[in-house]
Amino acid sequence: MAGWITKGGHGAQTSIVDGKQHILLMPAWVVIGILLVIPVLVMLIYSFLTQDFRGGVIWEFTLEAYDQFFIDRGLFGDDPPRIEWTYIGIFWRSFLQALFAMVFCFLIGFPTAYFIATRAPKSRSFWLFLITIPYWVNLLIRTVSMKFLIRDTGPLNNWLMSWGVIDDPISMINTNFAIQLGLFYSYLPFMVLPIYASIERYNFALSEAAADLYSNRWTTLFKVVIPAVKPGIIAGCILVFIPSLGAFLAPDLLGGAKNFMIGSLVEEQFKGQSGDWPFGAAVSMILLTIIMIILLFYARAQSRDNTGGH
Amino acid sequence: MAKPSQRISWYPGFREMAWLCLIILYAPLIIVTIYSFNNSPSITIWKGFSFVWYNEVFFGPEAAKFKQATINSLTIAILAAVTSTVIATLSALAMIRGRAFRGQAVTFGLINLPLMVPEIVTAVATLIFFASIGFERGLLSILLAHIVFCIPFAYLPIAARLQGISSVYEQAARDLYATPGQTFRLILFPMMLPGILSGFLLAFIISLDDFIITNFVKGAGVETLPTAIFGAVKQGIKPNIMAISTLMLAASILLVSISYLISRMGNNRD
Repeated sequence: MAGWITKGGHGAQTSIVDGKQHILLMPAWVVIGILLVIPVLVMLIYSFLTQDFRGGVIWEFTLEAYDQFFIDRGLFGDDPPRIEWTYIGIFWRSFLQALFAMVFCFLIGFPTAYFIATRAPKSRSFWLFLITIPYWVNLLIRTVSMKFLIRDTGPLNNWLMSWGVIDDPISMINTNFAIQLGLFYSYLPFMVLPIYASIERYNFALSEAAADLYSNRWTTLFKVVIPAVKPGIIAGCILVFIPSLGAFLAPDLLGGAKNFMIGSLVEEQFKGQSGDWPFGAAVSMILLTIIMIILLFYARAQSRDNTGGH
Repeated sequence: MAKPSQRISWYPGFREMAWLCLIILYAPLIIVTIYSFNNSPSITIWKGFSFVWYNEVFFGPEAAKFKQATINSLTIAILAAVTSTVIATLSALAMIRGRAFRGQAVTFGLINLPLMVPEIVTAVATLIFFASIGFERGLLSILLAHIVFCIPFAYLPIAARLQGISSVYEQAARDLYATPGQTFRLILFPMMLPGILSGFLLAFIISLDDFIITNFVKGAGVETLPTAIFGAVKQGIKPNIMAISTLMLAASILLVSISYLISRMGNNRD
């Protein structure tokens, strides 16, 4: 259709940005380069510097921060080195919390996304709108609302008691359960939206074909629908898992002081009097490395899906 | 028409799960909204409807603090959203119009990098960077940090919009001897406008919402609304916090609805 235009006065199809692309991209390169890429590199350097008490660093190279993370040398530093489990334990706990949040979000997010995608177009966009709104509401306010709801003297306990379901308030706040609930609640829309986008493109004739071949509903779901929408499921899982792993608000506000996760561990190094900047930088680098490895696997799996198969 | 349970695409319980999902997402917000109108100094015993806590927010002892925090938040959000929208618009033009160039994939990764790096890591890196070059922490450091993470949020709707605009319009303008500048101003920009507006609004909300990065890079004594709320919540949830939360909730819903309507308007016009 556009053929006659390209044959017009200006010869081959030209674009108004030809030759100017680098100038147009310069602001993005400069801003993200100076304010994100360089800071991450500076953080990497800091993780190898010596701690100065009261925050800040002395410019002397040392592996002290990583040593502190991984190796236990006893109280006075002269015991035979053993593996330090404190920080690995915090990472492991955060990993489990993020994993459970991901699983629970999937268990409720998948049916929701599927249900929305099979609505008539009008009610579909209304449902989507309803799911999107909490995504844009301030996460701090959402977390505070959850804290209010599940407090010992909060509305949830009050109702359960007035209905006679329980006699004494259930202590939910400051537990691992509260953190789990907070993460699940925070990132649920992140699971629904990408899965919805996949199911919307799914061709339901495939389900019909499976039914014609005597597959029952559930076999069809697990053998046909889920494999077909796998990219959306994986995207949703990553969008829930990664922010959960480094979450700060849910563990801090709902988990209290004793249920430490990575986010609180990092924050403590930069806020408290005992601030240890190189150690905080090292913990952040370890977190960033784990996440980059996950994203790398994701990117590889995706390009494999795009080239082979389907 | 067949009963829903006979349809191939139907699964038992999925409808209930979807409703459960909505209840989980909305229950805490709705309850806080209701209790913000509670006529009682205790936060959980319901004593009837009143605006007493809204009065407290605007005229109470903490009013000045929250007012200053709101002014800071709005100033930063407007400046960060404008700057990141300009940067995102220029980038989208370069990435989507014109021919492929070396480093395009890397540039795409760079624009989306703020989405991939966990917030807490960005916060630490930015704090260390500002400290290492001796940059004073205050409103300006917050603004600079916000511009970075707003860029991908502004970029996505603008790029999506631009992808949907056929290049025949620009070609026609060029054939009629419009300069590239005129083509952009008179043809492309008006067509991109819904995408640009919704990118701007999303960047604005994202900046207004940010807590973690702001908390790290703000100087002592400088507060935005989320850091002020966080500080207050640390001393216990008081009813005035619920009133502020409800006001922010209303503002977010309003902005998202506007953004949604703008993008729908844009799509319908084609």
